[in-house]
Amino acid sequence: MMDMHLQTMTELAAGLEKGDFSSVELTQTLLDRVAALDDRLNAFVTVTAAEALLAAARADAARAAGNVGALNGLPIIHKDIFCTRGVKTTCGSKMLNNFISPYDATVVEKLAAAGAVVLGKSNMDEFAMGSSNETSFFGPVRNPWDLECSPGGSSGGSSASVAARFAPAATGTDTGGSIRQPAALTGTVGIKPTYGRVSRYGMIAFASSLDQAGVITRSSEDAARVLGVMAGFDERDSTSIDHPVPDYLATIGDSIKGLRVGIVRQHFDAGLDEQTGARVKAAIAVIESLGATTVEVDLPNIDLSVPTYYVVAPAECSSNLSRFDGVRFGHRAENAEDLLDLYCRSRGEGFGDEVKRRIMTGAYVLSAGYYDAYYLKAQQVRQLIADDFKKAFADVDVIAGPTAPSPAFKLGDKVDDPIQMYLNDIYTIGANLAGLPAISVPCGFVNDMPVGLHLVGPHFGEEVLLRCGHQYQQQTEWHKACPEAFQ
Amino acid sequence: MSLDKEQVHHIALLARLKLSDAEYAESVEKLSRIVDFVDQLSQADTTGVVPMAHPLDAAQRLRPDVVTETDNRDRYQENAPAVVDGLYLVPKVIE
Repeated sequence: MMDMHLQTMTELAAGLEKGDFSSVELTQTLLDRVAALDDRLNAFVTVTAAEALLAAARADAARAAGNVGALNGLPIIHKDIFCTRGVKTTCGSKMLNNFISPYDATVVEKLAAAGAVVLGKSNMDEFAMGSSNETSFFGPVRNPWDLECSPGGSSGGSSASVAARFAPAATGTDTGGSIRQPAALTGTVGIKPTYGRVSRYGMIAFASSLDQAGVITRSSEDAARVLGVMAGFDERDSTSIDHPVPDYLATIGDSIKGLRVGIVRQHFDAGLDEQTGARVKAAIAVIESLGATTVEVDLPNIDLSVPTYYVVAPAECSSNLSRFDGVRFGHRAENAEDLLDLYCRSRGEGFGDEVKRRIMTGAYVLSAGYYDAYYLKAQQVRQLIADDFKKAFADVDVIAGPTAPSPAFKLGDKVDDPIQMYLNDIYTIGANLAGLPAISVPCGFVNDMPVGLHLVGPHFGEEVLLRCGHQYQQQTEWHKACPEAFQ
Repeated sequence: MSLDKEQVHHIALLARLKLSDAEYAESVEKLSRIVDFVDQLSQADTTGVVPMAHPLDAAQRLRPDVVTETDNRDRYQENAPAVVDGLYLVPKVIE
């Protein structure tokens, strides 16, 4: 039998079903790996070993009683942005370093109800603001493929954990690329669903019109398995969309013959590392060999997606993060002179540099005299970008391109230059602005570091993305490669 | 620099953030670069474009105006830095 930690969720589910091993054995094996290896990666903020073993024992008992949920006994990790009742939920910030969530996020509740076993909470950029995991109060996460490199961000603890075989799946959130870019940089699969597809209830808000929860796995099939559980309407999230959830696994094996794949010219221009572009083009050729056709599509306003994002996201963040006031929960400054001093010092001490920068950018673009020029203008350009996608999807089923402009960069390389860091999300941000689903699938290596193929679909097109990803992964082995130090 | 120190002081106050002197100096430089970067948006012709309100054009859902929340005050206040008799404590605001 193949080592448990190397198996995908689909393989582990079969092993549990056949009785090759129990969930307690599987969970203990993975917890032992985390205990032995995570000091190299710093992928966890909190390991919930005792709770995990209890949940595994419950899953084994449920199986013995013939009561098996869709993810019964299968280990997962939650990004530390999801509120987990009775467990520290930090969002990677000093502000919430003392916060024990009094309730569960809907995503946490749904995965637990399906029988999943939570190993712990993964490290992340502070309040999900970053593309390298370097803004975390708990220190950067390292990339299992090269410990000097970033695993991407903000869901870097989740991507590093899945790549290091700590768990077959980890939840993530994606506001501008925070699931897909770390997936690309670690050789894992990451899907960001349609805006409103997965409930945001209990997911600590960064930019509410862009935030969406998803999952990082090693195969598209596993992503389909987990997303099927996470997705669905939730009345506790006012932006949740009441739209039926298809059985993603039922159609994943169907052919992609006749699929129309759009290629955006701007996505292969000078900003893209040449070798990364070559791997992505080779991946698109594999998809063509399965019967798909490619068409060039034009997104005339896509070059403005990064500046649009860096108005809209900070504006929403400055509003969302106003709740951290040192009064009701979170960090509180000592010996405040008055209420204003309490607010300003609690926030000044509790937030890190990048979070302060984004809050201030947001406060500026929303302030009197600038609102029309920045915020309203950005929402107009955002509409133009969304309209461009809509036109493109009249002619194509998916849009394919690179996920990130290059393989993983060294920790420290971009940390002092916010604009360089922001440009890491140049290919992913468009999907968030337009509310579209998108997936990153491993498509090869450049100088021994993984790179990803990015597929964007129309609203509620998760099914076609997962199917296309799965069909590609049936032809390729990139996702099976395991970093040498974590085999 | 598109922003000066005085503007950054004003923004920090709006954002209720106390910054150190070093943070102010750095913020003037980095926020100016971000503002310069997003200024590209002014190139776009947005005449007659309605600003996006929702990425899926969905309308805000309404629900019946009935109480759905249960009383969890004690549990929620376990995270509060200072509470007395179910009330959150703040520095004195009225002399």
